[in-house]
Amino acid sequence: MSKGILYDATLCIGCKQCEQACAAENGLPYDDKIAEQEVTSAHKYTVVLTKDEKFMRRLCMNCDDPACASVCPVGALKKTALGPVTYDKSRCMGCRYCMAACPFGVPKYEWEKAVPGVRKCIMCSKRVAEGKPTACAEVCPTGATKFGDRDELLEEARKRIHDNPGKYVPHIFGESEVGGTSVMLLSSIPFNLFAYRIDLTERALPMYTYQVLSRIPDFVPLFGTLLGGVYWITHRREEVAQAEAGEKQRKGGGQ
Amino acid sequence: MTVPRMRFTFWKAVFLFIMAAGIYATYLRFVRGLGASTNLSDQFPWGLWIGFDVMCGVMLAAGGFTLTAAVEIFNIKRFHSIVRPTILTAFLGYLLVCAALMYDLGLPWNIWHPLVMRNPHSVMFEVAYCVMFYTTVLALEFSPIVLEHFQLHRALKIVRSLMVVFVILGVLLSTLHQSSLGTLYLIMPNKLHPFWYSPLLPVFFFLSAIAVGLAMTIFESSMSSKYFGRELELDVLIDLGRALVVVLALYGILRFEDLYHRGALTRIVTSSYEQRFFLLEIFLSVIAPLSLLLVRRVRESAQGLYLAAILTLLGFITNRLNITITGVESAAGARYTPKWTEVMITAMFVALGFAIFGLVARYLPIFPEEKAHIPARREPAFGEIAVPLHAGD
Repeated sequence: MSKGILYDATLCIGCKQCEQACAAENGLPYDDKIAEQEVTSAHKYTVVLTKDEKFMRRLCMNCDDPACASVCPVGALKKTALGPVTYDKSRCMGCRYCMAACPFGVPKYEWEKAVPGVRKCIMCSKRVAEGKPTACAEVCPTGATKFGDRDELLEEARKRIHDNPGKYVPHIFGESEVGGTSVMLLSSIPFNLFAYRIDLTERALPMYTYQVLSRIPDFVPLFGTLLGGVYWITHRREEVAQAEAGEKQRKGGGQ
Repeated sequence: MTVPRMRFTFWKAVFLFIMAAGIYATYLRFVRGLGASTNLSDQFPWGLWIGFDVMCGVMLAAGGFTLTAAVEIFNIKRFHSIVRPTILTAFLGYLLVCAALMYDLGLPWNIWHPLVMRNPHSVMFEVAYCVMFYTTVLALEFSPIVLEHFQLHRALKIVRSLMVVFVILGVLLSTLHQSSLGTLYLIMPNKLHPFWYSPLLPVFFFLSAIAVGLAMTIFESSMSSKYFGRELELDVLIDLGRALVVVLALYGILRFEDLYHRGALTRIVTSSYEQRFFLLEIFLSVIAPLSLLLVRRVRESAQGLYLAAILTLLGFITNRLNITITGVESAAGARYTPKWTEVMITAMFVALGFAIFGLVARYLPIFPEEKAHIPARREPAFGEIAVPLHAGD
């Protein structure tokens, strides 16, 4: 069963304990200065944004069919069956295609390091594998960040919207964006106010490239044969011309 | 005769300056890291090194597969004398692309990883394999030049007997990865600006690679005649110019149709940051060279062809930079201008390309046999009525 996170912004009080727990879980520094930073970065995998007393979290959406994992030439990024999209630095060569491809701008880079790697929320893959909730969900005092089975969380999100007419933007962000994500968001104000793109396609992004890449195995023998065939024909004419010229000469010589 | 001598020392000085700055920039890149040596950021992970060194580098090396296909596969014999310089350009181009990639990769010592850690769903993986195999094929296509020089007749015979196989492989691999550089961007439908994001990106990249291959061949033949005192094969270049007209026209029409069907045409007349770069690109890559080449007097003059070729090259360089930089700036919410270190390293690779080409051309038989059967002919100046050159064809 695939796990997920449901973040309900209407329950959030902006205490930022999720930020702190995330930093601790991932061995990252955390202090008041870092708490003030309103962007995710190589040292801050999640952030609680504030806008007019409303809150919103940013973290890796852990897509069901992630663009980052699809584009990674060496398979350093992987979608696990449990939900988390993990990163293995020992495979990475640092091409940063994952960063270019991510529709949410999630993967960050250790630009200042001599041996840099990609940094992002990996939905506490170790904890999840042990059957524990993510650090952010476990610490959340109000239940705004809830961990569970994605299907159940989705059902609950639908119920919350249904049972509280007018309270929510009638949209579960992550239900179908780029084919669905393990992290889902509920909010009382439009998601784009927190720089979430609301024009994202509902198609899984890897399909855009797969529809081209998948044709290559068919294309190679066809195009190879075509090229070989053209060569065969264009050079055959030459052989014929040569043979004819030779024959003419012989005839000419014989008479 | 003092003028060319001075010019030589001037370019030498420029070359030495670029190399010195490039070497210092190299030191900064590998000692201080990507953060200190580039303007790349989390919003802008790909900059000039991907946009120019890799995207344009591979594109500018497209003359290799275009011309070998024309000569070896389509058996167009009159292009034979200009195949070798294009193979040299391509081989050099790919070596430089690989070298430049080592600067851009965060962990360059892991560049071999795709050999053992495979993700066939990744376009980058496919490009990596194609570039790797194609560089090998180019080395083999180039090898006769070296073998000839050292008179290794047996090896030469073996390579020559397999040349068709190499050429077909080379055209196949080039078709795949030239187009795949466009496919790289298919996964960014919400990031790349609608001027450039199109399901036809792979087709555009392939067609423009052919156009650039032809333009680059005209460019380097013109340069060779200027700087190596090599006589210009104007009749050959005129044919390349004609081919360029056809490819550019096809490309232009397809770009227009694509914008039309995606409902993006109105953006052309709506003022925006992207619009200005788009108009510049289309003017340089399609409108200007086509207008020039459609005039017979221009098409059949050395200077006219040279100018049209340079415009085409600049146009498609603009195209690649628009896709890698201009087209993603809005989505990134950030502007990107390369740092001096990025510019100098790119300049260093361009300078190295010119310098190594010059050296190889001097010591290896790059321009073979042509002097024997083509009598020296004065090229008609721009504006002069051209003599019909194909009377005998």
